[in-house]
Amino acid sequence: MAIINLKINSKDYSIDVDPQMPLLWAIRDFVGLKGTKYGCGIAQCGACTVHLNGQPVRSCSLPVAAVANKNITTIEGLSDDNSHPIQKAWIEEQVPQCGYCQSGQIMAAAALLSKNASPNDADIDAAMQGHICRCGTYPRIKRAIKKASENKP
Amino acid sequence: MVSRRQFIKNTGKASFALWLGATSNGFANAAFITDAPSNFTPFVKIEKNGKITIFNTKPEMGQGTFQSVPALIAEELEVSLDAITIVQTSGEKQFGGGQAAGGSSSIRGNYDAYRKIGAAAKEMLVKAASVKWGIGIESCYAENGSVHSKLSKEHLSYGDLIEEASKLEVPKEPKLKNKSDFKIIGKSIQRPDVPLKVSGKAEYGIDVEVPNMVYATVFRSPVIGGTLKSFDADATLKIPGVIKVVEAKTTVGKYQYSGVAVIAKSYWAALQGRKVLKVEWDTNGYENFNLSDYENKLRNLSKEAGVLDKNIGNVESVKTEPGNSVESFYETPMVAHHTLEPMNCIAHVNGEMLTIWTSTQVPSAITGSGPNDLHSQIGMKPENITLHSKFIGGGFGRRLYTDYVIEAVNIAKQIEQPVKVIWSREDTTQHSAVRPMTFSQLKGGFSKEGELISFQHKVISPSYFDSVGPNFDKTKVDAIMIEGIGEQAYQIPNIKTSYVYADFHVPVAAWRSVTSSTVAFAHECFIDELAHKVKKDPLDFRLQMLDKDSDTKRVLLKLKEVSNWDKPLPKGKGRGVAQWEFFAGLCAHVVEVSVTKDNTIKIDKVYAVIDLGEVVNPDNVKNQIEGSIVMALTAAIKTGITIENGKIKQSNFHDNPMIRMHETPEIEVHILADGGKIKGVGEPGLPPFAPALANAIFSISGKRIKKMPFDLKLS
Ligand code: FES
Ligand code: FES
Repeated sequence: MAIINLKINSKDYSIDVDPQMPLLWAIRDFVGLKGTKYGCGIAQCGACTVHLNGQPVRSCSLPVAAVANKNITTIEGLSDDNSHPIQKAWIEEQVPQCGYCQSGQIMAAAALLSKNASPNDADIDAAMQGHICRCGTYPRIKRAIKKASENKP
Repeated sequence: MVSRRQFIKNTGKASFALWLGATSNGFANAAFITDAPSNFTPFVKIEKNGKITIFNTKPEMGQGTFQSVPALIAEELEVSLDAITIVQTSGEKQFGGGQAAGGSSSIRGNYDAYRKIGAAAKEMLVKAASVKWGIGIESCYAENGSVHSKLSKEHLSYGDLIEEASKLEVPKEPKLKNKSDFKIIGKSIQRPDVPLKVSGKAEYGIDVEVPNMVYATVFRSPVIGGTLKSFDADATLKIPGVIKVVEAKTTVGKYQYSGVAVIAKSYWAALQGRKVLKVEWDTNGYENFNLSDYENKLRNLSKEAGVLDKNIGNVESVKTEPGNSVESFYETPMVAHHTLEPMNCIAHVNGEMLTIWTSTQVPSAITGSGPNDLHSQIGMKPENITLHSKFIGGGFGRRLYTDYVIEAVNIAKQIEQPVKVIWSREDTTQHSAVRPMTFSQLKGGFSKEGELISFQHKVISPSYFDSVGPNFDKTKVDAIMIEGIGEQAYQIPNIKTSYVYADFHVPVAAWRSVTSSTVAFAHECFIDELAHKVKKDPLDFRLQMLDKDSDTKRVLLKLKEVSNWDKPLPKGKGRGVAQWEFFAGLCAHVVEVSVTKDNTIKIDKVYAVIDLGEVVNPDNVKNQIEGSIVMALTAAIKTGITIENGKIKQSNFHDNPMIRMHETPEIEVHILADGGKIKGVGEPGLPPFAPALANAIFSISGKRIKKMPFDLKLS
């Protein structure tokens, strides 16, 4: 066990955990932010996606010690009120079904748009390939990303 | 049916409200002021301050019941969806045995009944206003949560009318609105759960945290059917955070299993403890089980006559000339549900009392509010069970089963604190009941004139009912396993369907669209084979067997139109069609394909027509059909579940892959909702997809696919 300092959504947390424990469980069970989901634990589904210094990463496959003091953003840090352009587009397109994958999808899409303001189909496919939506909302995710890119000033 | 007027007056209580709902023996409406009796199921509660609560008894798993059920009531009650509070019920006794979602039944089973509740409430409120104002009912109308007078500017909010309304008889047959006056039904209104799911705030079972909670992971027998011999937890108990190691029993259908639970302060610690746990299993000979042998057994069993299901005309008496008949054999795999939220459950046993927090499709089965035996399996009294039912991160049939709940309760009995049991993805893949495979033998015979005069479909498979219950009668047809095959609208003079039972030791489950997800593949690919045999266009061939008006005929005609079926495709493109009607509903697809340079099939477009009779939220239906097609595509072309040396070989998404965005075809959905029988939404999009795709592949390559999963790479 070791004390690890985490910076999540601009807040500081200090937790006493196994340094090898994946960031995912630190976020969910020690920090208490439940929007980041567990789907596979082996970097296959994307449900656990958060931003590390603005880059999308799989929190299930990152030891918590490796991200100490770095800037982590979870779905809760994207906006307080669904005002992020991606979240707005997700609502306009009524993307979610069960919704379980959507935090991860949204974090990946937000990261994509911050790098590429108007992604084409191939860019979107490439950025979203690591994400499974078992409910099959892919056509809407794609539409929502396009809508968000158009809505952007 | 009793429609009693019953008032329990207690105006002093804070909960003073007008409740409207159904008595336990049906949807006879009844109204109560304050505490309703236990045999009454409330659906609407209107409070003095105007607050309107609608209770939704159908769990939300992505299919949209969180909106669609309240929408039916709100429409007739004349309140907007924004003005109501929706309360998801949690298996409470007062809400009865209907608190369950499955079989695409939430709307099709309750369309008029829910509307009548809203309509009855509205009629009573309107009457109450007319009494108060001393004017005729015809001079009053309801709008936006108030009753208005046509004679003056006067209006009264529903909350101001509840006391007067409660004195009135509940109308038995309230007048329902005309479709043309609908403000909610048939409109694509944004779903109330979407903002929660976009902000990460929607709470699923796995997200719940209760004070003092500990975590557990369970080591289960890798060989299916293995029993626990012994375990050595010495090393496990030395892992920091591990609290206790206990046996964990559960039940799925007729099967009973035992695993070993590692209970710890964190899930991570529990997982570390499990890694060093030593367990010995008695594999009972099941370690020799290989799926390939079992598939051979099924092929051999196809020689048996089996049990007769449907027998129309007399297939045996039909004499077909040599060369005028076709025979075929189709095979399908087992598949996993793979809800993205893995199985999980929190249970807290406190003496006689049990509290459960979980995502489930069957809240009333867990609390004992419906006909079930969960409480007897866990030795708890129904009145002592409290459930907190959460948003479901995918159901697809997996969460109709309560094995993960029973297991959590059995663990919770051995520790004082509440315990959250989380199944890893691997646990969920390898220890869940699976969709069974079905093998199909088909025969068709033509007259000299080329008319299809006989059709036979024999299903060879393990039995669902044998798996879920102890007393399956093997001399009878398992109706689940031959689902739909005897009910297609095709008018063929001689039809025979039959079932051959195959013994199996692996628990099987209903999977979204149940057996239609496999038998439709065989059935509708074979219809395509028959069409080609007599050199007919596959869609016209089907229509020619649909002489009489039927829903299937209307769906195919619509599909023909929207898919431009009569317009020849450009060179290098092919298409296939399939339809399926079954208990859940009716849908048909046309799949258009082309071949890429590396000789692989590319799915260019899917056209879908679903027949619903009535539609509540068209956009949500489209979302469901898009999703059904994606799920059906995974089942058609991705590895299923296989068993080697008694163990499920697949474990996670790397070896049991799902369709991803870049593999998703363009999908165009059309909805038929022009009256007629009300049908379901959640499942019908799946069964016709695999056969339509396989038929499309035949049309472009001449390759007849008879086994799922199949490769899009042409050899
Ligand atoms: S849970 Fe991290 S990628 Fe699936
Ligand atoms: S919405 Fe259910 S997994 Fe994506």
